[in-house]
Amino acid sequence: MNDTILELYQIEKSFGDVRVLNGIDLSVPKGEFITLLGPSGCGKTTTLRIIAGLETPDRGRVFLAGKDVTDLEPNKRNVNTVFQNYALFPHMNVEANIAYSLKLKRIDKQTISKTVKEALDLVQLAGYEKRMPDELSGGQRQRVAIARAIVNEPAVLLLDEPLGALDLQLRHQMQIELKRLQKRLGVTFIYITHDQEEALNMSDRIAVMRDGKFEQIGTPAQVYDHPRTSYVARFVGSANLISGTAYNVGEGLIRLDTEDGPGLVRTRGARIMDGQAITVAVRRESVTLVTGETNDNLGLRAVVKEKNYAGGVLQIIVSLSDGRELVSSRQGIDSPLKAGDHVLVTWLPDQGVIVDLEEAG
Amino acid sequence: MKKKSKLPGLYLGFILALMYIPILLVIIYSFNESRISSVWGGWSLRWYRDLFRDRDIMEAMTNSLFLATVSSLSAAVIGTLAAVGMPKTNLRGKGIIEYLSTLPIMIPEIILGMVFLVYFSLIKLPFGMITLAVAHTSFCIPYVYMLVKARLVGIDKSYAEAAKDLGATEWNVFWDITLPLILPAITSGVLLAFAMSLDDVVISVFVTGVNTNTLPLKIYTQLKTGVTPKINALCTLMFVSTMLIVITSAWFARKSVSRTERRINSEEASGIGDSIGLVR
Amino acid sequence: MNTEIRRGSPAVLMTGGEPRKRKASFRRLFDAATISVVPIYVFTLLFVVGPLVYMVVLSFLKRAETWGVLREFTWANYSNILKPVYLKTFYESLKLASFTTLFVALVGYPFGYFMARLTAVWKRRMMLLLMIPFWTSSLIRLYGWIIIFRANGTLDNILMGIGLTKAPLKLLYTYSAVVVGMIYALVPFMIFAVYSSAEKLDWQLVEAARDLGATPWQAFITVSFRLTLPGLLSGVVLTFIPSMGLFFIADILGGNKVILVGNLIQEQLMKARNWPFAAALSVVLMILTSIMIALYRKVSGVKDLEGLV
Repeated sequence: MNDTILELYQIEKSFGDVRVLNGIDLSVPKGEFITLLGPSGCGKTTTLRIIAGLETPDRGRVFLAGKDVTDLEPNKRNVNTVFQNYALFPHMNVEANIAYSLKLKRIDKQTISKTVKEALDLVQLAGYEKRMPDELSGGQRQRVAIARAIVNEPAVLLLDEPLGALDLQLRHQMQIELKRLQKRLGVTFIYITHDQEEALNMSDRIAVMRDGKFEQIGTPAQVYDHPRTSYVARFVGSANLISGTAYNVGEGLIRLDTEDGPGLVRTRGARIMDGQAITVAVRRESVTLVTGETNDNLGLRAVVKEKNYAGGVLQIIVSLSDGRELVSSRQGIDSPLKAGDHVLVTWLPDQGVIVDLEEAG
Repeated sequence: MKKKSKLPGLYLGFILALMYIPILLVIIYSFNESRISSVWGGWSLRWYRDLFRDRDIMEAMTNSLFLATVSSLSAAVIGTLAAVGMPKTNLRGKGIIEYLSTLPIMIPEIILGMVFLVYFSLIKLPFGMITLAVAHTSFCIPYVYMLVKARLVGIDKSYAEAAKDLGATEWNVFWDITLPLILPAITSGVLLAFAMSLDDVVISVFVTGVNTNTLPLKIYTQLKTGVTPKINALCTLMFVSTMLIVITSAWFARKSVSRTERRINSEEASGIGDSIGLVR
Repeated sequence: MNTEIRRGSPAVLMTGGEPRKRKASFRRLFDAATISVVPIYVFTLLFVVGPLVYMVVLSFLKRAETWGVLREFTWANYSNILKPVYLKTFYESLKLASFTTLFVALVGYPFGYFMARLTAVWKRRMMLLLMIPFWTSSLIRLYGWIIIFRANGTLDNILMGIGLTKAPLKLLYTYSAVVVGMIYALVPFMIFAVYSSAEKLDWQLVEAARDLGATPWQAFITVSFRLTLPGLLSGVVLTFIPSMGLFFIADILGGNKVILVGNLIQEQLMKARNWPFAAALSVVLMILTSIMIALYRKVSGVKDLEGLV
């Protein structure tokens, strides 16, 4: 497979005493839309800056189209960035901003104006050539920033939370547009965000980052449905995490014994010893609360703490005997449960995922 | 972006060194035992002793301190009242007056000195302490005015509104709310004005009388005619006092910011401190 | 000098004139705010406007034979300036000012620019370090240069010590000494002006330029320099104007060899006692100053000088 466009090998980076990147590896095939997802401070922007050449790694190499570019200046790399706050040059109009990189290459005027026009058409801003950046709305600046970054036909386009400054509605619209644009250009996008919904909507693959390391790299479905670690489960799926002791019951099923009662999960091929301490992630919408007894004696005893509604979704928070809280959510308006009710927390074995297993991978 | 170059640091250090060397030389030579100032004769405090015995210099020092006190305090009263009153008054031409009142620190000093000289002799003001005080007050006012004005802009209007809501009169508001809040700014402005007055040569040259000497005038004459080592000592003392005043002023300016803004961030605070230097 | 300070705009003058407001104006005359601004009105009219107006008037009056001024109108003071000897002074002044400004820009721009790239802590330290020489009396600083420049002074000792020169250089009372003194006195203004401009510069723009293919130098020219230009121009104005009037630097370091407009004014005022001519010189200097500021505003599009509070 020689269509790998970008490869990071064992990248490490520290700022002063702070270790920002802890030896990360990443391989990105040509034309992929990959998202680096993580909270602020996890090292995703630093990763992007290292790819762009704005930062030099302490250790490790960066390969672009098979070539080692680790020590190459940013202007010598066929990579362009859409900056978080767009970084449009305030003293140049839209046309001059977009033409900037072409002018540096001393391309002839006619080609430049043709390319600029095409780029503006592509981002649906035809006719805005002479506007200054401060005369544009947030969404328009965003488009200009994208146009400016793509006229150079970069091998990889880096986007640093490009939708962060936009309001919710515009953000949804731009998500669709960006995805479409990427399909059309066939350019590899490396996209940074801390918004898991954005990542799930747009990406071919998601790399979840934490403390300068990748926790899990996979398709949105893999990351969402089969989180490998409790961190991914919590960050991407806002999942409940339940700890207990494992006991094999056969047929690829495991009984999870907790202080509050047992639950069942599927092993999915993982080899688990009897008596091993495990953590199981169960997404909120997979949690069912049952009053009275269950016929299979499964379920964790819990007490309803509070109910709330958000966007048509009902959330019921229950607490276990040790005070830890679990959340169950479902579409709907109300439930007969009320605070103080005793319930059993249950889920289907297929919906529980064992996380934080050592040999995972 | 890549490896951090050491060049900027070296450059900044080199230029700073150049800025300090002349001042340090003056200070070092003030402790020189030798009478001939180009020869080093060992450490000594004799010039400081001589300095305090020199009645002319002591008189000039008294004059300078008196002048700086009078002009900075007059400026404090006029400038503060104006800064507080200007936004509220409907008097005509306030924009023009505001602009004109800052002219004394905008136009070249020599022109200011020259116009004062001819004007004072026109209105027959006796040259001496009075003319000096008027001239100095004129360039002291802008410092107080601008610092107090800047501070007033930063004060939340709701304080005054809350006070009025609780039954305070306009006067109560000024006395109980505004004044305490702008006091650091006033102090800072007064100290700067004091330092400016204490240092002024150009304007003083023109408006002083035959028998009135200030310290800078004394030094100026000596630099032109020939220096005695006492001047080294005098310069050093002036340097130290100016520094004390400016640092105190910066401290007040910083305080003036933190008083009203709880979420004080260091950038802003230093911003105010910085601006003090720029007014000059 | 304060960016807050509005330039005298005619609009402000007119607001009080509406008929309905007139009625209330009697009471308004006695409200607290109005009383509190009376002192500055009086002081400004009496001691700023008065003198400046008189200066202009004086510049059109005749000089009396022995002492004082005659109340007769004349253009003579202005036509006097056109005499070669005085024109030469203006020319020399402008030349020295240009020299000084050029060097000040060369020294001060990189300083202000580098300073703006420091960390917040170092910026504050640097500011303090700059503040000290800046606030030191210019006389003390000049005196320091005398110590350095005079025959057998510090510079001579160093140069002769390392064997570069054999005899004392006669550096004091030369043109170069005056230029050095001027640069020294004025460079902080340039630094502050450039710094305040560069401080506002978004460094991400430089990164964006690099990202789009610019070399460090290209990025500097097309982005950083272009965006800090208002600061540089402001610094130019702030050094050029005073450098025409700093007569005492020319006096002390130049020893009467360098005559500037400032020296000429002082001489006409104190020695020749030709006040009308001194007034005319001042008016011309004021006009030159105003033209520079107006030009600056036009070129940079900024209303107020950068770096002034």
